[in-house]
Amino acid sequence: MSLDSVSLDVDLRALAGVPKTEVAQKAKDFKTDQEVRWCPGCGDYVILAAVQGFLPELGLRRENIVFVSGIGCSSRFPYYMNTFGLHSIHGRAPAIASGLAASRPDLSVWVVTGDGDALSIGGNHLIHALRRNVNLTILLFNNRIYGLTKGQYSPTSEIGKITKSTPMGSLDFPFNPVSVALGAEATFVARTIDSDRAHLTSVLRAAAAHEGTALVEIYQNCNIFNDGAFDSLKDPETRGQWLIPLEHDAPIRFGADGSLCVVRRDGDLCVVRTDSVDAAEVVVHDAEADNPSLAFALSRLPGQDLRYTPVGVFRSVRRPTYDRLMADQIAQAELTGDADLGALLRGQDTWTVPATASA
Amino acid sequence: MAKQVQQLDRVVIRFAGDSGDGMQLAGDQFTSETAVFGNDLSTLPNFPAEIRAPAGTLPGVSSFQLHFADHEITTPGDAPDVLVAMNPAALKANLPDLPAGRDIIVNSDEFSARNLAKVGYASNPLDNDALDSWRVHKVALTSMTIEALKDTGLGKKEAARAKNMFALGLLSWMYHRPTDGTLRFLEKKFAKLPQVAAANVAAFRAGWNYGETTESFGVSYEIKPAVMKPGVYRNISGNLALSYGLIAASRRSGLPLFLGAYPITPASDILHELSKHKAFGVRTFQAEDEIAGIGAALGAAFGGALAVTTTSGPGLALKSETIGLAVSLELPLVICDIQRGGPSTGLPTKTEQTDLLQAMFGRNGEAPVPIVAAQSPGDCFDAAIEAVRIALTYRTPVFLLSDGYLANGSEPWSIPDLDRLPQLTADFAVATDEPFLPYERDPETLARPWAVPGTAGLEHRIGGLEKADKTGEISYDPANHALMVGLRQSKVDRIAQSIPPLQVDDPSGVARVVVLGWGSTHGVIDAACHRVRRRGIPVAQLHLRHLNPFPADLGGLLRSYDRVVLPELNLGQLALLLRARYLVDVIGINQVSGMPFRAADLEDSLWDILQGVDT
Repeated sequence: MSLDSVSLDVDLRALAGVPKTEVAQKAKDFKTDQEVRWCPGCGDYVILAAVQGFLPELGLRRENIVFVSGIGCSSRFPYYMNTFGLHSIHGRAPAIASGLAASRPDLSVWVVTGDGDALSIGGNHLIHALRRNVNLTILLFNNRIYGLTKGQYSPTSEIGKITKSTPMGSLDFPFNPVSVALGAEATFVARTIDSDRAHLTSVLRAAAAHEGTALVEIYQNCNIFNDGAFDSLKDPETRGQWLIPLEHDAPIRFGADGSLCVVRRDGDLCVVRTDSVDAAEVVVHDAEADNPSLAFALSRLPGQDLRYTPVGVFRSVRRPTYDRLMADQIAQAELTGDADLGALLRGQDTWTVPATASA
Repeated sequence: MAKQVQQLDRVVIRFAGDSGDGMQLAGDQFTSETAVFGNDLSTLPNFPAEIRAPAGTLPGVSSFQLHFADHEITTPGDAPDVLVAMNPAALKANLPDLPAGRDIIVNSDEFSARNLAKVGYASNPLDNDALDSWRVHKVALTSMTIEALKDTGLGKKEAARAKNMFALGLLSWMYHRPTDGTLRFLEKKFAKLPQVAAANVAAFRAGWNYGETTESFGVSYEIKPAVMKPGVYRNISGNLALSYGLIAASRRSGLPLFLGAYPITPASDILHELSKHKAFGVRTFQAEDEIAGIGAALGAAFGGALAVTTTSGPGLALKSETIGLAVSLELPLVICDIQRGGPSTGLPTKTEQTDLLQAMFGRNGEAPVPIVAAQSPGDCFDAAIEAVRIALTYRTPVFLLSDGYLANGSEPWSIPDLDRLPQLTADFAVATDEPFLPYERDPETLARPWAVPGTAGLEHRIGGLEKADKTGEISYDPANHALMVGLRQSKVDRIAQSIPPLQVDDPSGVARVVVLGWGSTHGVIDAACHRVRRRGIPVAQLHLRHLNPFPADLGGLLRSYDRVVLPELNLGQLALLLRARYLVDVIGINQVSGMPFRAADLEDSLWDILQGVDT
């Protein structure tokens, strides 16, 4: 893969301030000498390989990339990336990354988190990072279970889930991470699956190109505590009928030869047979619509069994980023203001005690 | 008729009114006038946590006390000489503090049956003998203000709001205060509302003129400027001085200042102040909560900024986990805790020294954090710079303890010579031919390298898991953990080597008792010690800036006295640490009322203790 030809394909406006490498990179440049300690068969391996394989496309200097994580299985991710990395505390990665990104526009800052880390203990930081729109890319590995604490239900587990902490079934209704992100005023929201490397890479590419906070939900299999959670979206038998790939500006058709499609009925979206409706009735996806209503309605399509799960970019709109606005205010103040420390300390009202008056 | 002018050496004035009456503003302006005039001064604002408590009630009373003198003073004064009471509630709430024979200037217009009933006055104290022990000046402040503003076009209700300026004008006349500053201030504050500006100026002048013409006030007073060390002075509050200290430290170190904060009383003014100074490259990040405030600051520290978070007690509790992470990451971070009354939400606008043990121990694991405390409003500037010095030199989070009294109180401040500020350095790590070791330590300070992103060859991964010595890789090895725990503790302990020798204040040179203190009690301890010495008993005074680690010479010094007395606005937190560390029998004088010590009370307590000592 030629570095140049790929780099040209990616709109790097989001990374305009990050220094570029002069040396072509390969996936192995992003690997560390640390032994990867996820369970054999964990979906995290695939995501790690996809990220390491994709980053050379961006052509950024490795030293200007930072991975920040919280706590949980996914949060070990930074140790395996040969960039700067910060493995922080439970749920706080978006806050820490926001401070870093806001103060260093020359960095490409990534947050790696999980469904427990991002949506339970760190829910507050996630929604505020999204509305603030700091230049960050958040990869949310959703396995719908707590892995590192050994198998309790998570805020994305289906209701009624039997786990160690819920022997008679969980009682609380789960979050839909895409709906949460859209409700939190996110400017970029996407979903992908660990098992589809090509789709995963395409979504990562779009997220990296986005200027502002990008949230990518990655369905990730925990083969120890929640094995097969996404099998219906991976099994060749059901995949075609259940998974809805979203493409901007394209009619939403899926299934064998596009036999199913999404239409509006009574103000809501629903799935019907394509041959039962006029072609004009098929909803055309618009990820760039200012109004997030369509993206939100799409996020509500699947039921708890994941039937009709859209994947791809739900929303990608431009809004000034927090870090850029902050830098602009400082630049403006530096231009018009007087950074005279002596004058600051003196203030408006001073009086002088002359040397002769001293006791 | 020329009025009599009387010379005084010191005065304590307390302005008291409803929390919407503008008493803090009037007090601040009188303070500015007094500062510019050249008196030494000290202030004590005292206000409820509610923004507008129900009008005319006792809980809604807000006051501002100012002590000024022609000589050096260190406290806002124990008791007022003059009480300005804007309504019955203000009179009733403050009368117990006013010694007999002193002056009361009272707004007689507000003593309606309804207002009297609100605070439980069965009859009007202005009409009976209830106030016979004091010199009462009944002034129709509200109606005279409305009368003075009748040509401004303002309605009665709006005009009446300027009565605080009428009162300020009257007091300014009584004490011969310069008025230019106040007039300038009003023009500026209401620049966008010229009618309001004119009304306030008119009310202020009317108050002044009333003093000059009325027969109710036959005497005015002169308090000559204080003899102070040569220099250029201004008046400054603790939060302002702390903010300036951080900006100066940013300049001195060449590091951009980053503040991550969540609003909380009484720390919010630091956020407000720093947000004004973007021209100095200051970034302020108002976070979604206390945890995100320190999280963002720590992220900025990882990126090479001079990172600061500001809070008060309850907020500090929320930051604990992130402080532990900062200890583990060994990154510079200044945590400003502007202490207030606790526990829990406690007394948001009152003052205490009750967070010392939280700062010292409020984390899981062995997680030592250095602690620096400010001792006066102006000293917050120097304390901030010292906190930054320790953070940068030793790559560690550092506590800077202030409190509500320092934060809002003010005093004259000798503006420092910029060239004489401490030089602060922050040497970022650079790549060499050797593999980079993020936890290799400076042999002298035990500080680890500060390797900021963007530096080729220094890519590394660190986190809150225990790290192997030197490499920083994850390690669960028992011997390594013991080593790292020891190294982190030793690093903090070594800060003591950089602390200058303690200076004990003992004019007699023979004192057998030392009065120890820390933080905002410095001024009042100083005053109490002076009084005790004047009564003939020598005492030494020692005030600590560094509470962790303790200065290297502290233990020997304490043991050299027969008695160590320690006044604290808590139940004995520093005493506990000193007893544990030095096995010295520290005698505590403790008060946890949300208010500062009064010098007379402290003098009495000291006196009682000294009676048992063979001096």
